[in-house]
Amino acid sequence: MADLRISFAGIKSPNPFWLASAPPTNSGYQVQRAFEAGWGGAVWKTLGEPIINTTSRFAALSFNGQRVAGFNNIELITDRPLEVNLKEIYETKKRFPNHAIIASLMVEPKQEKWHEIVKRVEDVGVDGLELNFGCPHGMAERGMGAASGQVPELVEKQTYWVKEVAKTPVIVKLTPNITDITITAEAAVQGGADAISMINTINSLMGVDLDTWNTIPHVAGKGAHGGYCGPAVKPIALNMVGECARNPLIDVPISGIGGISNWQDAVEFILMGATGVQVCTAAMHHGFSIVEDMLDGLNNYLDSKGIASIMDIVGKAVPKYSDWGDLDLNYKVVARINNDVCINCNKCHISCEDTSHQCIDMLKNENGEPYLKVREEDCVGCNLCAIVCPVEGAINMVELKQPLPKMTWNERQSNIARFKIDKVAK
Amino acid sequence: MSTLTGGQISLNLIDNFKEIHPGLTKREAIEEANRCLYCYDAPCIKACPTSIEIPKFIKKIATGNLKGSAKTILEANPIGASCARVCPTEELCEGACVLNNETKPISIGHLQRYATDWAMQQREPLFEVGEKNGKKVAIIGSGPAGLSAARELSLLGYEVTIFEAQQEAGGLNRYGIVSFRLPTEVVQWEVEQVKQLNVDIKTNTVVGVDITTEELLNQFDRVVVAVGMGNVPHLGIEGETLKGVYDAIEFVKRTKMDELTDDLVGKRVTVIGAGNTAIDAATTAVRLGAANVKIVYRRTKNEMTAYQFEYDFAKQDGVEFRWLTTPTKIIGNEQNEVVGLECLKMELGEVGVDGRQKPIPVQQSEFVLETDVVIKAIGQSRHLLLIEGFGLEHSKGVVEVNPETYQTSKEKIYACGDVIFGNGQGEAMVVTAAQQGKEVAEAIHRSFVLQSEIV
Ligand SMILES: Cc1cc2nc3c(=O)[nH]c(=O)nc-3n(C[C@H](O)[C@H](O)[C@H](O)COP(=O)(O)OP(=O)(O)OC[C@H]3O[C@@H](n4cnc5c(N)ncnc54)[C@H](O)[C@@H]3O)c2cc1C
Ligand SMILES: Cc1cc2nc3c(=O)[nH]c(=O)nc-3n(C[C@H](O)[C@H](O)[C@H](O)COP(=O)(O)O)c2cc1C
Ligand code: SF4
Ligand code: SF4
Ligand code: SF4
Repeated sequence: MADLRISFAGIKSPNPFWLASAPPTNSGYQVQRAFEAGWGGAVWKTLGEPIINTTSRFAALSFNGQRVAGFNNIELITDRPLEVNLKEIYETKKRFPNHAIIASLMVEPKQEKWHEIVKRVEDVGVDGLELNFGCPHGMAERGMGAASGQVPELVEKQTYWVKEVAKTPVIVKLTPNITDITITAEAAVQGGADAISMINTINSLMGVDLDTWNTIPHVAGKGAHGGYCGPAVKPIALNMVGECARNPLIDVPISGIGGISNWQDAVEFILMGATGVQVCTAAMHHGFSIVEDMLDGLNNYLDSKGIASIMDIVGKAVPKYSDWGDLDLNYKVVARINNDVCINCNKCHISCEDTSHQCIDMLKNENGEPYLKVREEDCVGCNLCAIVCPVEGAINMVELKQPLPKMTWNERQSNIARFKIDKVAK
Repeated sequence: MSTLTGGQISLNLIDNFKEIHPGLTKREAIEEANRCLYCYDAPCIKACPTSIEIPKFIKKIATGNLKGSAKTILEANPIGASCARVCPTEELCEGACVLNNETKPISIGHLQRYATDWAMQQREPLFEVGEKNGKKVAIIGSGPAGLSAARELSLLGYEVTIFEAQQEAGGLNRYGIVSFRLPTEVVQWEVEQVKQLNVDIKTNTVVGVDITTEELLNQFDRVVVAVGMGNVPHLGIEGETLKGVYDAIEFVKRTKMDELTDDLVGKRVTVIGAGNTAIDAATTAVRLGAANVKIVYRRTKNEMTAYQFEYDFAKQDGVEFRWLTTPTKIIGNEQNEVVGLECLKMELGEVGVDGRQKPIPVQQSEFVLETDVVIKAIGQSRHLLLIEGFGLEHSKGVVEVNPETYQTSKEKIYACGDVIFGNGQGEAMVVTAAQQGKEVAEAIHRSFVLQSEIV
């Protein structure tokens, strides 16, 4: 039994799985059900001035029959009175003193508004605060959410205001709707954030109905951009977490969010620098019970690797994530086809022939049976064939030992520069 | 299992007795697992007699948590690896799957096999013995019911001893169900899992012969009777002692316990009966190289007790069916060898007490089926001697129990599995035996807790 407890910026949680601020954490009833099911923490549905929501609100992307590959919403923050939420937070914390309850907050970018709400939520006993600078729709038009999250100065200033009064750890939730997330992450750190969380949802339009020409979803025939999340956004979120984790100026813990659906996804985020994870879409798709396998799978994974505590793997893959300029230009892999496993669909051939480097030959053996072979000298090792190949083990990318030693682009450029300087010196 | 396809008969007999279904590949398993909807309050769980949390174990396959998956299965069903292979899944979990009307049901049995196969390869113990509570339980019979009770009792801290008449543990799973559906290694592994929990299995020990019922009652706090049923009863017709007449269970058992022999190659075989045993015997005969195998049954296809998939499988193996045919005499030659089976044609009459139409003979319709071998598969007899030795109340050999506690007419004696099957009580399936074993363990535990002997 591995130790799954985490300490996230001082916030203790029985395990790294938290529900993200969203419909699953809308009420005390829901959060308590979630804790009973095994979730370690919950970030309450964002509190602020109650708003009015539209119907409908959600849409999802089905990809080749897989439902909810991506998920889109135009929901705003909580539509329940603050007092009701505060009362339920208080009751929930009392029933589950060892679980983490974080209040997600969003108010107008005014110092007194932040001071006021921070005091009110801390009075009911939350374990931490999450500042929602990320909601991409509706609130942004009122100068909140992503609108303030996209402006580094506003991120810094508002974080600072919160820190002026906050007694519990402050997490800043960042929007991905920005060119370089490390800029706003740095601003949060500058403002005094104890931690950051990412990502909130990505600007999106799910689709257009081919018959009515309505947007999907639409509200009485009109649509507005929504926020995208779910499995499809995981690579985007993982990169943002990795970029922040490897940035020395962003030296605060990270809560990873975005497309996490199972323990494997969680392990990836944790290895890439997250100290815990938050989940929304997967819970919305399947219910709270999915956490059971998240816990069991994570525990079995750690046990099988002989790792005593989840905290021991936080950030272990970060040193492997660097810049393109640090990659070894003399490393070479090529595709190799295992004809015993290959089912001769020729997808590798045509993808290479039409869209890569024309190096998979369609041949016939002495019995006239077709087989495929890679001309390794022409293969650039792009992985495309292995990606399109439907059969596990039919194409392996194998390393070819190179006579030349490791040489990165940066090393190459500095060698050239030194060569020039040497020449000048001479 | 439902997706068994028969008909691939090799001249090499050993090949014929290898497990027919190769098991899912990793890709098949993951694709199938991802097809499961992960229903809430899922009907498949309710349709499983052992209530395996099916969506949960399937989800775990999808996420690569195979250990967790196997544990989910085996927690609910100690012989889940056997059940994955022999359960009539279309009548149970798969029959209840919500996708039946949408696309096609999830192959729950195959997925269950995939996860338990993984556990079998790992050989890592999945369960730990409970803290000893000082109580001793004797279990008679090491079939699915006995093993299941033993596993559960051991987890609860009981010191368990199983007495098994046969030379190897496992009951009908070990020697009754054909190896091309249920390989011996699977049963041995399941027995091993129980042994690992410090359960003492005394094989070659017949209760009532090698150890008396009194001795058992004196040495143990509770006794569980899980002896199943006996061999096939006599037909009560002339010629049953001729050379070439077999009891179906003994016949199958030979292929599971001894080396395969070629004495059936080229022979004509007639099997009497149309239940699971008859199908197993007939397909075994085909796989032993018989030239022609017929099943004769006195009723029609509609009344046979074999499942549809078993029937289909037998048809694929080339077994012929002779409905509305009842044997009246086995005919022998001077060497006392079978040469034919004299039969009567039947027709269906009034509906009997069991709701099935009664077959009645058609006058003067005798005819002879030429055959070299006759296999009797008309059900199983009862272990009356033992049942009466314990003084248990029974009706026609079916031990009577309290349906909630599985307690017999004697306070300290419980019964489960095939020994209580019949007269409308339960169903003779591996999975029901397993469930009853679990329930007996719970009931025994409750009996001690109620008496405050265990807190
Ligand atoms: C040929 C055949 C095929 C079948 N196929 C299927 C199938 O595909 N699917 C399915 O679900 N079910 C099938 N069944 C039914 C299934 O095998 C039984 O329902 C199940 O095995 C019952 O389990 P049990 O533990 O009650 O009894 P058993 O498995 O019969 O085990 C009883 C054990 O008790 C031992 N014993 C008996 N008397 C004594 C004694 N005096 N002392 C010590 N030990 C004793 C026996 O040797 C035996 O090992 C089949 C049955 C047969 C005969
Ligand atoms: C319907 C819906 C409502 C959301 N509301 C909020 C919110 O009120 N506050 C917030 O910080 N994030 C909100 N989010 C974003 C989620 O907290 C989370 O960051 C995002 O969904 C990515 O995680 P996922 O891929 O696991 O869904 C919402 C997401 C959804 C789908
Ligand atoms: S999920 Fe519930 S609230 Fe939403 S549309 Fe369906 S019934 Fe209504
Ligand atoms: S894509 Fe894979 S399976 Fe298809 S031909 Fe190429 S190697 Fe074979
Ligand atoms: S009913 Fe079918 S789809 Fe639903 S959980 Fe069970 S196996 Fe999966």
